[in-house]
Amino acid sequence: MAEQDLKRHVLDQLAAVAPEVDPDAVDPETNFRDQFDIDSVDFLNLVLGLEKRLGVRIPEYDYPKLSSLDGAVAYLREKTPA
Amino acid sequence: MTRLRKSVGGSHVLPRDPDAWGAFTWSAARADLDGLAGGALNMAHEAVDRHAARRGGETALRVLDPQGGRRLLTWHDLAARTGRFADLLRALGVRRGDVVVAALGRGEALYTTALGTLKAGCVFSALFPAFGPEPLRARLAAGRARVLVTTKAVYERKIAPQRAALPDLEHILLTDAAEGAGALEPALAAMSPAADTAPTRPGDAALLQFTSGTTGTPKGAVLAHEALVAQLATARWVFDLAPGDVYWCTADPGWITGLVYGVVAPLAAGATVVVDGGDFEAGRWLSILERERVQVWYTAPTAIRLLRRAGTELARGVDTSALRLAASVGEPLDPASVRWGQEAFGRPFHDTWWQTETGAIMIANTPARDIKPGSMGRPLPNITAAVARREDDGGLTLLEGAEATGELVLKAGWPSMFRGYLDQPHRYAASFRDGWYLTGDLVRRDGDGDFWFVGRADDVIKSSGHMVGPTEVEAALLEHPGVAEAGVVGRPDAVAGEVVVAFVAPAPGHAPGEALRRELLAHARRRLGPALAPRAIVFRDQLPKTDSGKIMRRVLRDRLLKETPGDG
Repeated sequence: MAEQDLKRHVLDQLAAVAPEVDPDAVDPETNFRDQFDIDSVDFLNLVLGLEKRLGVRIPEYDYPKLSSLDGAVAYLREKTPA
Repeated sequence: MTRLRKSVGGSHVLPRDPDAWGAFTWSAARADLDGLAGGALNMAHEAVDRHAARRGGETALRVLDPQGGRRLLTWHDLAARTGRFADLLRALGVRRGDVVVAALGRGEALYTTALGTLKAGCVFSALFPAFGPEPLRARLAAGRARVLVTTKAVYERKIAPQRAALPDLEHILLTDAAEGAGALEPALAAMSPAADTAPTRPGDAALLQFTSGTTGTPKGAVLAHEALVAQLATARWVFDLAPGDVYWCTADPGWITGLVYGVVAPLAAGATVVVDGGDFEAGRWLSILERERVQVWYTAPTAIRLLRRAGTELARGVDTSALRLAASVGEPLDPASVRWGQEAFGRPFHDTWWQTETGAIMIANTPARDIKPGSMGRPLPNITAAVARREDDGGLTLLEGAEATGELVLKAGWPSMFRGYLDQPHRYAASFRDGWYLTGDLVRRDGDGDFWFVGRADDVIKSSGHMVGPTEVEAALLEHPGVAEAGVVGRPDAVAGEVVVAFVAPAPGHAPGEALRRELLAHARRRLGPALAPRAIVFRDQLPKTDSGKIMRRVLRDRLLKETPGDG
């Protein structure tokens, strides 16, 4: 999937979990949890939502790779067919 | 390893037979503390200075950060830092009995602040830094806090805009400011590391911890310095904690466990405390257990369930051979998760039960006997627990016999029992009947005398270890113009125990739908932060009410259970 589409999916899912976050203000390189007040349940819901949206399985030990926007997009690019 | 423990009846380990618990008295537990001249007692002396005097060069804290940093603090270091903080408070004109609040995560600054505050004879209170501006303001105001220790980000985002509403708050100390007004580290450097420890009386207030009830304002429960008698004794009885043991408590300091069993009790026991500043992450947590050779681990059901999701294989792949005891607290741990500990780590989880108001663990699956998975365990020595029913005439009926189900009550008078709700004497008085403390938790006692958690007697929601007061959440929702009525309840959740769900009747002119749902979630999260804010909104034209107009949360809860999860 194209990078732009993946980015939109991640930001959409982030907005579903934490709608107070302004998607334009997300720093792509910084850990989500260092930018906004999201907790471990929010983060779990973010990952589970992405699994559902994209039809991929994300094992728990990969979760840290999704902790920033750039990280999540890079990880999902490898997971989703081109 | 040489154990330097003082002897209580020969050993701190509870015998299997409760009839042999006679030596485990509160007076024996008191003798486990140094005390100060003239009958004074100060938690900071017991937790820091007495160990600094005996083995000051040994490690008190191992502070880890998510970037992989690891910093060791000896007892000498901790004594000096807490001395400097106490000296700083005095230099600022903060007096004994004044309230100092920390809104900090787990880290060195928390220990400096908490123990330095106690050393100065001030009252320490911890708040979740992830709280939104409204819960922070409400608690700072209720505590009439004079000093707040926090980070630049929390201060600028959440406190500075409402500083005018906090007239008692005179001093802000910022842990991550390198210079300028309020920078903590440069201020500490200018202070004396050898400040005197205040000769507080055993009954003087030490900790102020806010907890939620069903009704509006949060309650500030006050614990006295002598709470440490029970806190240290229970750390011995439940964790078999001894000097030099490597101990890791994962609780956030904004939660009473993070303060009592994360800071005060394990240090008083002389344990080496692992402090991890990172958020939950399965792989990293497992590597901490392995690398730090953690011997005693105190954690919570949400984290245990998340680790389970990560898989038994992942857990088995790490060397946890040092782990002697794993325990859980916060909400009931399901039997499967108790057993999973055995499968994954070779150690079942020992569930423990207590509340902010009890000040220390009261009921537990102790190492003295086999665990009964899913149960709270049995009362600890000197704790008398019963199952009771509140009568309409103001009386209390104790329910005898096996399988009795009712409210858990505790015979008042143990050393760590709370001494009041700040400024709310009526609420405090209403917590007791006939000499029993009313816990608000519904339990069942089985034929063996083990207790089982059934639910809350009130409407408080237990979510990821947080006590969420529905009224505080409803009040935040009602501030939004789109909300005519709001009713907040808990929905059972496989990971968090319960999650907060809000039923909302939209105000005229506001259509229920995805746009309003997101707007309300965003509004609530901005005001309250993720720990208290609802995770889901359910729209209804109107909410069920009593004749007097009170929203019937019980009916809402029943409806939720019948509906598909994730509705909203």
